[in-house]
Amino acid sequence: MAQKAIREYDAKSILAKHWKKYFPDFTYAYETIMVQNGSELKEAAKSKSWIKSKALVAKPDMLFGKRGKNGLVLFRDTKPGDVSLEKAASWIDEKSSSKQSVYFSFEGDTPHGEAKVDMLTHFIVEPFTPHAQEEEYYISATCVGDDDMLYMSAEGGMEVEENWDKVTEVAFKITDSEEVIAERIKANIPKDVAEKDKKAFAEFAIGFFRAYRELNFAYLEINPFVMQGKKIELLDMVAKLDDTAGFMMAKDWGDVEYPTSFGMEAKSPEVEAIEAADAKTGASLKLTLLKPDARIWTMVAGGGASVVYADTIADLAGIEDLANYGEYSGGPTTGETKFYAETILGLMTKAKDAKDRDKVLIIGGAIANFTDVAKTFTGIIQAFENYAEKMKEVGIKIYVRRGGPNYEKGLKDIKEAADRLGLYIEVYGPETHVTDIVRMALAK
Amino acid sequence: MAQLFTKTTQAIFWNNNTTAIQRMLDYDYTIQRETPSVAAIVAPTSGNKFEKFFYGPNEIMIPVFKSTPEAKAALPKADVLLNFASFRTAYEVTMEALNLGGFSSIMITAEGIPERLARAMNQHARDKGVTVIGPATVGAIAPGAFKIANIGGTIENIISSKLHRAGSCGLVTRSGGLFNELSNIIAINADGIAEGVAIGGDRFVGSVFIDNLLRMEANPEVKYMLLLGEVGGTEEYKVIEAVKSGQIKKPIIAWCIGTIAKYYDSGVQFGHAGASANGDMETAEAKNRAMKEVGIHVPTSFNDLPEIISAVYHALHAEGIVKDIKEPAMNVCPKVRRSKEFICTISDDRGDEATYAGFPISSLATPDTGKGIGDVISLLWFKKQYPQWATQFIETVIKTVADHGPAVSGAHNSKVTARAGKSVVEALVTGLLTIGPRFGGAIDGAAKYFKYADDNKLSPAEFLNHMKKEGVPIPGIGHRIKSLKNPDLRVEGLKKFAREYFPSTSLLDYALTVEQLTTSKKENLILNVDGTIGILMVDMWRALGYSEEEINEFIDSGTLNSFFIVGRSIGFVGHILDEKRLAMPMYRHPMDDILYDVPMAEKI
Repeated sequence: MAQKAIREYDAKSILAKHWKKYFPDFTYAYETIMVQNGSELKEAAKSKSWIKSKALVAKPDMLFGKRGKNGLVLFRDTKPGDVSLEKAASWIDEKSSSKQSVYFSFEGDTPHGEAKVDMLTHFIVEPFTPHAQEEEYYISATCVGDDDMLYMSAEGGMEVEENWDKVTEVAFKITDSEEVIAERIKANIPKDVAEKDKKAFAEFAIGFFRAYRELNFAYLEINPFVMQGKKIELLDMVAKLDDTAGFMMAKDWGDVEYPTSFGMEAKSPEVEAIEAADAKTGASLKLTLLKPDARIWTMVAGGGASVVYADTIADLAGIEDLANYGEYSGGPTTGETKFYAETILGLMTKAKDAKDRDKVLIIGGAIANFTDVAKTFTGIIQAFENYAEKMKEVGIKIYVRRGGPNYEKGLKDIKEAADRLGLYIEVYGPETHVTDIVRMALAK
Repeated sequence: MAQLFTKTTQAIFWNNNTTAIQRMLDYDYTIQRETPSVAAIVAPTSGNKFEKFFYGPNEIMIPVFKSTPEAKAALPKADVLLNFASFRTAYEVTMEALNLGGFSSIMITAEGIPERLARAMNQHARDKGVTVIGPATVGAIAPGAFKIANIGGTIENIISSKLHRAGSCGLVTRSGGLFNELSNIIAINADGIAEGVAIGGDRFVGSVFIDNLLRMEANPEVKYMLLLGEVGGTEEYKVIEAVKSGQIKKPIIAWCIGTIAKYYDSGVQFGHAGASANGDMETAEAKNRAMKEVGIHVPTSFNDLPEIISAVYHALHAEGIVKDIKEPAMNVCPKVRRSKEFICTISDDRGDEATYAGFPISSLATPDTGKGIGDVISLLWFKKQYPQWATQFIETVIKTVADHGPAVSGAHNSKVTARAGKSVVEALVTGLLTIGPRFGGAIDGAAKYFKYADDNKLSPAEFLNHMKKEGVPIPGIGHRIKSLKNPDLRVEGLKKFAREYFPSTSLLDYALTVEQLTTSKKENLILNVDGTIGILMVDMWRALGYSEEEINEFIDSGTLNSFFIVGRSIGFVGHILDEKRLAMPMYRHPMDDILYDVPMAEKI
C-alpha cells in the first residue's frame, strides 16, 4: 500500500526538521518527545529541561484520534495545566500496564460502535500551552481524485466531520505553479480569521501546503495549531506518507516508523518475513493472513487473478473457509518462490483442520505474460520436498491451474513431484477456466 | 485518433529488455509486418551501437542510443515510447519524452512510482494530448498490427488466444495477468479482440477506463467492449455516465473484481495499489450494480463471464454487425534459431555478382562506369555514395601520401625486411607496423586537436596555450625545411582543390588563422601536408552532412589513419619490389654509426 500512517511524533519531527525552509518567519519550539513508559520520560528530563520545568500534556501516539473523548489525554492533575513530570510518568505507566478500550466513533460524547482493545505502547509528551480559543486554527491537505485539496478553518480543535460548514476548501491541480498556489491560498483565507491575522495565516498555510507537497505527505492535518503572532504550536497532528517516495525522501523523512494501527493484530513473523522479502525484490510477494485456522489456502500468481480466486472462494465456500490472501508476480526467482511457498506450507501445516477435513491448497494463476511458469513451479516443488511429510500428516489436497511461458513443463514437473512425494494433486492448464479449480476442490 | 496503433506503428524501447523486444519481433514476423515494431533501443549505460535480434529465422540489428533525444532524432517516425525504466527513473524518462514531443503514446511499466510524480507525469501527458498506458502495466495490443512488449505472453499463447489478428472486442482491464486470461476467454467464446489495454495497477494511472473506451467507441473495428474493473476508485462511474449520456453506444460487458473486499476492513489490501474501497460507492458490488442499471452487460460472477461474452457476440453476429473473420496468412517463427557469429554491412557475395554496398562490382570497376577508387572507398568504408568532389578529394589524398622516399622509418623498415629475404607481405607489414602516433599519425592528431579547438571556439592563442598545457606539439604544424616563403606544393594543391570544390572549408579557415600565429613565432611552423589532409577530411565530412559526433567517431576509430595506410602501402610495395629487383643482400647496420655505452651491471 502506498499511503502509510505515521506517528504524530514523527510527523512533528519531519516538519521541525524542515521548519526554516517552509516557515522562515515563524517559530516552533519543537518541544515534544515520544516515550514508551514513565522511566523513559524521567530519563529524558535529564537532558531536556522543559520536561521538568513546564506543565505537561501526555497522550497515546498510536495512529488513532478522538483521544480526548476516550479519556486518554492527560492535561490536568487537579486543574488544567498542572501536570508535573511525576504525574505524567505515573499516568503513562498506569495506562500502559493493562489493555485499554478505544472507541473510534462518537455521537456527541457517547461512544458509538465497538471498541478495540489493545495495549498502549507509545506516548507523546509536550508542554501544556496556555492559549485563547480564538488562537486555535485548523488546516489539512490531501489528494482527492486528481487534485490536491487544502482545507482551512478559523476554528481549531473541533470535530471536523461535524463542522464541515466552517471549513474552506481549495482544490489545486498537480501542475499549478508556486505563484498560482500562493495567490489562490491568499484569496481563500477563511473569512472568520481575524483581519489582523489573515496575512500570517496565509503565510503559514502557503508554507504548510508546500511542505505537504514537497515532503510527499499523502495526508497532513494539524487540528489544532495555535498561532500567537509569529509563534506556532502544533497541538495535534495526523499524517500519512506516500511510501513509494521513500527512496528519494530517506534523508528528508529521517528514521520514520510505520506502526500497525491500534487493535490490529501484530503481524505474524511469517507475514513480516514476506514483507521483508518483497522489499528486496523487483517482483511482488504479498501475504495477508485472514483466518489461519481455516481450511482453504491460496498461492496465486498475479494481483488480479488472486482477487478473482478470493472472490470465487468467498462466493462458493464462504469467507469462513478462506485462510489467507496473497499473490506473487512480476517474475520472482525460483528461490523467492520457494521461500513464499514454504512460508505458506509452514502456516498451513501448523495444525490439522478442526473438523478433520482435508485442507485445500489452490495454486492458481491466469495465463502469465512473462513469468516463467516452470521456473516458479521449481521453487514450489522444492518447498513440497521439504514439507511433504508434514503435508501428508495434516492432509492436503492440491489444485493447480496455470498458463503462460513454459506452462506445459511447469505443470508436468509439479504433477510428477507431487506423485513422487505421495501428495494429492490435480493439475489444469489454460483450457480450464481460471477459477474452475475452486469449484472442483469444493466438490470433493 | 480512433486507433491506438497501426501496422506501421514503431516504438522506441527505453531499456534493453531483450526478452520483451524479441517477443515483439516474433510477433511482428508472425503477423507479417513490413517493419519491425521496435525502431530503436535506449540504453544509457550500454556501449553498444546496436543489438541483434531474430526476425523470424533471420537476424536484424536494432540501433541502440544513449538517450531518448538521440533515438528520436535518428528515428523521428517512431512515435511510441515503451518506458521500461525502474520506478526510480520512470518519471524522468517520461517527462523527457513529453518535453521532446513527437510521441503519440507512452507506456510505463514500473510499479510504485511516487504518487506526486505519477500525477504530474500523467497530467502533463494529458495536457499535451499524449496517451499514457500505465504505470504498473504490461501494456496494450492492437492484434495484427502492434503489440507492446510482453503482453499476450508467448507466441504460442498469442496464436491460441487469437491475438495475432483483429477480432471485434475492445478489451480494457487493470490487471495484466487477467488481460491475458480474458483474451483467451474472448477467443474461445467470440472472435478475439480488436484492441486491448491493461491500464495498470497503480493508484494513479495515465489513461483510465473511460479514455480507452471512448477511443474504442470511435474505432470502427471495435463492435463491443469488455471492461474488467476492480474494487476501489470511481473510474467505472465515468463509464456509466458516458453510457447514460449516449456518448458510448456500443454494447459493454463489464465486471468489477474484488467482491470479497466487503468482508474485511480496509486493513486488507486486495490486489493492486489502486484497489482499496473508500466508501460504499467504491465497492465492487456497488459498481457492478450501478453498471447493470444502465444496461451494461454484467454477469453474476467472474465465473459467468464466458457465457455473457458468447451471448453478446452471437447477438451482434446474428444482427450482421460482427462479420466472420477470414484468418490471415501467418509466418511461423522457427523453434530453434542460431545467432550469427559475424555481421557484415558493407558487401555481399551471395547473389550472382558480389556487390559493394549494393553496387555490383562490374558497375564500378571499368573506366566507362566513370567510377574511381574514391567511389569504392566511399561505398566500402562509409556505405554512402559520395559526390564527385569528395571522391576526387579522397583520391587526391591517396596519391599525395603514397610515398615520401626511402629514408622515412616505415619505408626503411620495409626495405630492411625485404633485404632479409622475406616476402612482399611480410616486408609490407613491417613497414605498416611503423605507422602510429609518430609516423603518419599527425593526420589523426591534427583532425582531432584542430576540431576540438574549433568546436570549443578557442582563439588561436587559446589553442596554443591549451596544447602547451597538454604538453603536445600541435600535430600537423611544422616542416623540416618548408616555410610560408617556400611553401609545400602538395599543401598548396590540396588547399586549391578544396577552395574550388568544397562547399565550405570552415576548419581549414580556422587552421590558417592558427598558422598565422605559429609562423609569426617561427617561420617553418606552417600547416604541413598531414595537418592539411586531416583538417580537410573534417571539412569534407561536415559538408557531406555528418554530425560532429559522427566525425569524432571517424577520428577515434582511426578512419583518417586508414587513408594514410592505404596510400602509403603503394609506396612501401614499391620500395620492396625495388629491393627484390636489385637483389640487395642482407642489411647490417655499420657499427661506427652506433654509440656504445654499456656499463657493468650493478649487483643488487
